[in-house]
Amino acid sequence: MAGTNNQIDSVQNPRMTWEGCSVLLDINDGDRLVFARLSAAAKLKIGNKNCSLQPLIGCSFGSVFRVETGIGGPYLSRFNPSSEGNNDKENNGFQSKEESRDNRALVDDNKAQSLTGEDIDAMRREGATGDEIVEALIANSATFEKKTLFSQEKYRIKKQKKYAPKVLLRRPLARSICEAYFKKYPARIGFLRVDTLSLLLSMANVFANSEVLVVDMVGGLLTGAVAERMGGMGHVCSTYAGNAPYPMEIVRIFNFGIDICKSILRSSLDSLSSSKNGTSKQIGEHDDSLSVEGGLKDQTSPVCPEEICDESENGKSNILLEDSLSPVIRSCKSVKAGEKAPEEVVKLWKENGFSSLIVAAPDLDPWSLVKDLLPLLASSATFAIYHQFLQPLATCMHNLQLEKMAIGLQISEPWLREYQVLPSRTHPCMQMSAFGGYILSGTKICNV
Amino acid sequence: MLAIDPEKKLSFTRRISDGDLVIIYERHDSMKAVRVCDGSVLQNRFGVFKHSDWIGKPFGTKVFSNKGGFIYLLAPTPELWTLVLSHRTQILYIADISFVIMYLEIVPGCVVLESGTGSGSLTTSLARAVAPKGHVYTFDFHEQRAASARGDLEKTGLSSLVTVGVRDIQGEGFPDEFAGMVDSVFLDLPQPWLAIPSADIRTFEILLRAYEVREGTMEGCKGDDGVSIGALPRKRRQRSSEGSNVQEFQRSSIAMARPCAEAKGHTGYLTFARLKCS
Repeated sequence: MAGTNNQIDSVQNPRMTWEGCSVLLDINDGDRLVFARLSAAAKLKIGNKNCSLQPLIGCSFGSVFRVETGIGGPYLSRFNPSSEGNNDKENNGFQSKEESRDNRALVDDNKAQSLTGEDIDAMRREGATGDEIVEALIANSATFEKKTLFSQEKYRIKKQKKYAPKVLLRRPLARSICEAYFKKYPARIGFLRVDTLSLLLSMANVFANSEVLVVDMVGGLLTGAVAERMGGMGHVCSTYAGNAPYPMEIVRIFNFGIDICKSILRSSLDSLSSSKNGTSKQIGEHDDSLSVEGGLKDQTSPVCPEEICDESENGKSNILLEDSLSPVIRSCKSVKAGEKAPEEVVKLWKENGFSSLIVAAPDLDPWSLVKDLLPLLASSATFAIYHQFLQPLATCMHNLQLEKMAIGLQISEPWLREYQVLPSRTHPCMQMSAFGGYILSGTKICNV
Repeated sequence: MLAIDPEKKLSFTRRISDGDLVIIYERHDSMKAVRVCDGSVLQNRFGVFKHSDWIGKPFGTKVFSNKGGFIYLLAPTPELWTLVLSHRTQILYIADISFVIMYLEIVPGCVVLESGTGSGSLTTSLARAVAPKGHVYTFDFHEQRAASARGDLEKTGLSSLVTVGVRDIQGEGFPDEFAGMVDSVFLDLPQPWLAIPSADIRTFEILLRAYEVREGTMEGCKGDDGVSIGALPRKRRQRSSEGSNVQEFQRSSIAMARPCAEAKGHTGYLTFARLKCS
């Protein structure tokens, strides 16, 4: 934990939640992923129950909560994981036992369960916990004993999800935000998978005190991920072609403190590429200031605060929760991420060049961007271009070779496969993402 | 390798000076690390290169030998270092390294433990991720290997960010003084499960397929609008009348990509877990 406070303002421990902090709620092991901002008023609907998020304030990230029913209605209660841990260990032993059961006697006639919906409601009224209901369901299942231990476990998990849903409190970091979006709204982040994002950051050599140029048309995920890696030291410049900056609403999901917010700047490609004489520059600036406001409008639009569920149609307002900011946070927010780059910083970039470039612009042609962007880099700077299609990158790479602008050029396709690991049952997971896009990486060379 | 002093900002906007570590780039598959030393020479198949010619040039410069052959002088990065370091063990490559940094949620200021150190390929990237205020404590049970790793870190200028210890972590565990102090732990050991009680365990395999791009010529039928790929010379384009069975072919060049025939088919499995919340 040492040293992490420079990520957040020193008042806050980044491993504990606070009022106004942004969190990722993982409901039932990834079945539902919800970004929320914690406040006394914030509520989350789980199943058909509305629960206040108040109990989550001041807890460690990584805590697990269960929905319990009390006198005042349903509420989220901290769940002690140690008992579950013991269960896990016992369960892990079952594979070693001789397994003689199989599914020959199972008939799918919907008669196995003798408890009715009314019975369960009655139990609830009497104050039974979710776990007790699950046990009752198991006790009243005619087929449970005949199932293999593996399938008994599956049955138990299925019932637990319904009757004793759990909520895992997660830190919103580049990793978790990318994974959540990739799962729920992949199109909004240009189908940028977490391993692809991590490769972009490595290939572009992003670290504290670098000056990173990004073209982020993936909602701010890339800008946020770069800023997280730099910890508020150095700058990330989000540049854009034309007049309107690209939206970066995802940046606000990260719990960035003042330093990191300050390190995120915007500048139009025109004003970055304009030569040092005045006229063309002023035009660029003018466009810039106009467009920043246009871009921010869409961030500050009123959003329905408490509730976000993936079933909803309008995902944008669901993802962003901005209503109930505590005074603490509001004061931080006076420094907004993505301010227009000050004159002297732009001057520095023009003199020294950027140390890295990352492009994630799914709808733009890489070559037409890169031919304008590469001259803005320092010599020996590294870059990484993400695209979903191979051909535009191949053309871009070929042109870079012809123009002798870069070396060490390589197109890579990341491939990620998750495994189920269990004794005698280890194998790749059934469902996987089959495509993570392509990356063109390289090093800019000196053109003198 | 890293500009740790914020006053210096970018390490490679600086000019190459005597004593710098540079990566000699001959081809994408042929690189080596060299310490610049005034008066010394680099000799390879392209001829003899005088170090004194390099001093004062910016990183990324093309330099020539006595025979007119050339190489590029690049600023070292952890990625390049992984390609040029001397292998004392099997090493982690960029696909695994980048995923490890992301999944361990390592950011500037973190304290990270690693075992074993091996050849220091991952260690270099860990150091970059925690810089400038964090620290990497890495352990190897092999005394000589630890010493070599220390030497390498000295070379790459990262020694202030990394402490290399000699210890059998699997047998003895990490030193007690780290209890409660650490943000992330990376284990590359034969029996890592002896280590820690944990939650959210997930295992991955990660691969990187590389593509090669070359200019290809395609036989294109001029009569059909649909086939014009790449920049065709429009002037010479002829409209073929309908029903014409005279097909005219022309050569057009486009960039074509295909997967490289050889790749690292498997580097390892990565298992991630989170310490249970007490």
